[in-house]
Amino acid sequence: MKGPEEIWRDHLAEGRFMLQRSVSTGAYVFYPRPFVPGSGEDDLEWVEASGEGVVYATTANRRSPEKGGTFNVALIDLAEGPRMMARVVGIDPDSVAISMKVRAKVEDLNGAPAVLWEVADE
Amino acid sequence: MSDVSLLRGKAACVGAATFGCGESPGWTATELMGEAVRGALADAGLNLSDIDGIWAATAVHAMPAMSLAEYLGIQPKYSSGSNIGGSSFMSHVLDAAMALDAGVVDVAVIAYGSNQRTAGGFRSVSEPMPFEAQYEPRNPITAYALAANRYMHEFGATREHLAEVAVAARAWASENPEAFARDPLTVDDVLAARMISDPLGKLDCCLVTDGAAAIIMTRSDRARDAMAKPVYMLGAAMAHDHRMISQMPSLTTTCAVDSGWRAFGMAGYGPGDMNTVQIYDAFTINTILFLEDLGFCEKGEGKDFVSDGRIAPGGALPVNTNGGGLSCVHPGMYGMFVMIEAIRQARGDAPGRQIENAQLCLAHGNGGVLSSQATTIWGTKDTL
Repeated sequence: MKGPEEIWRDHLAEGRFMLQRSVSTGAYVFYPRPFVPGSGEDDLEWVEASGEGVVYATTANRRSPEKGGTFNVALIDLAEGPRMMARVVGIDPDSVAISMKVRAKVEDLNGAPAVLWEVADE
Repeated sequence: MSDVSLLRGKAACVGAATFGCGESPGWTATELMGEAVRGALADAGLNLSDIDGIWAATAVHAMPAMSLAEYLGIQPKYSSGSNIGGSSFMSHVLDAAMALDAGVVDVAVIAYGSNQRTAGGFRSVSEPMPFEAQYEPRNPITAYALAANRYMHEFGATREHLAEVAVAARAWASENPEAFARDPLTVDDVLAARMISDPLGKLDCCLVTDGAAAIIMTRSDRARDAMAKPVYMLGAAMAHDHRMISQMPSLTTTCAVDSGWRAFGMAGYGPGDMNTVQIYDAFTINTILFLEDLGFCEKGEGKDFVSDGRIAPGGALPVNTNGGGLSCVHPGMYGMFVMIEAIRQARGDAPGRQIENAQLCLAHGNGGVLSSQATTIWGTKDTL
């Protein structure tokens, strides 16, 4: 039986962005664990993420074009509650702004599936 | 019922030294650390054979206390290499005070050393962050850039506010003969520097230097016999609330709120009593966040508090009087150097930038990505 991190990555490899939710409390957990951090409930089930998020903080990491160019790193508040590090794509890396509504997609990033985010249509 | 405040004033720093700060080509991290320990022992009038407790943390040793003890040729009764990042050394002071008070050890050494500048830049034995690494954060700077971005959004701060921190640090460094970067610096210089991770440019970031530092602590009753003027540990406390920046509860409030509150509580003094404030300024945003979280101003007011020369030489509050990690020295983990400046100020041994009658000096450490916070308060005999 696999641990939660590998199960999460298996879902991702199938193109699915999954979160854990406690059956008894309804609390969402990310990153994946066998229990709810801080309170310890171990009745977690896997549920599909809504894919809705809001930019909490953002930066553009400056990098020369030869090395791949400047790229975005952001913290995204998921609609379900948890926060994750991710990248907002499809927009200039330094045009990403706090409070932007974004939508998740699962795509390849540097050779492995990753949760990436695009600016959501209003 | 035991009370942590019973540790107040029970232990003192009786020796302090730095070694190889700036550039030390041809030296290893262990060699630099060993020489800092010898310097601190000489300052205290003690010998290698007197040490029976050893604390060390570095970015390059998996078991730093053992490596250092072997190098020094000593067999300690107690040792620890606890590593919570750059604030490790403040937490080591609390450990050492407890071990001294309990009689587990009689002479404690706390040490750090790094040759990162001449060895080709910052390296660390730290593991990649499991749910972050794929997005290529250039840590630590990316994490601090995210915090600065959020702070600017919430409180209307600008890059000029951040630059004021770097300018004040440089003004202090220009008065410190030991500082690495002493050329004049303006807000415009900081704004014009190469951008690295928005909104932080090159001059919003700490130096990359070599350097080592060590302090010797004993119980206060024994400290009276030491050669150097004892500086007493009045308060110490630590806290941490995350490892990865994505798990930090709020990017604009650190758990220095907690470590500061408890350290002041142990010491029986408050922010307004401090004659100097030394805080871990790995990036310009740090100084603003910690001045707020430690209670020197309200949340959101730090951006104005650091402006108009208020924390610079001649300002209302002397902050980072050695020039800080931004302009004095920053060999990867800066916490020891923060404490040594507080101790030197309290000893009246800070040539060029000595604050008159510096009786109470705060030294605050930060580790990881705003992750761990550890606050120490040091005072002269008259403050006991």
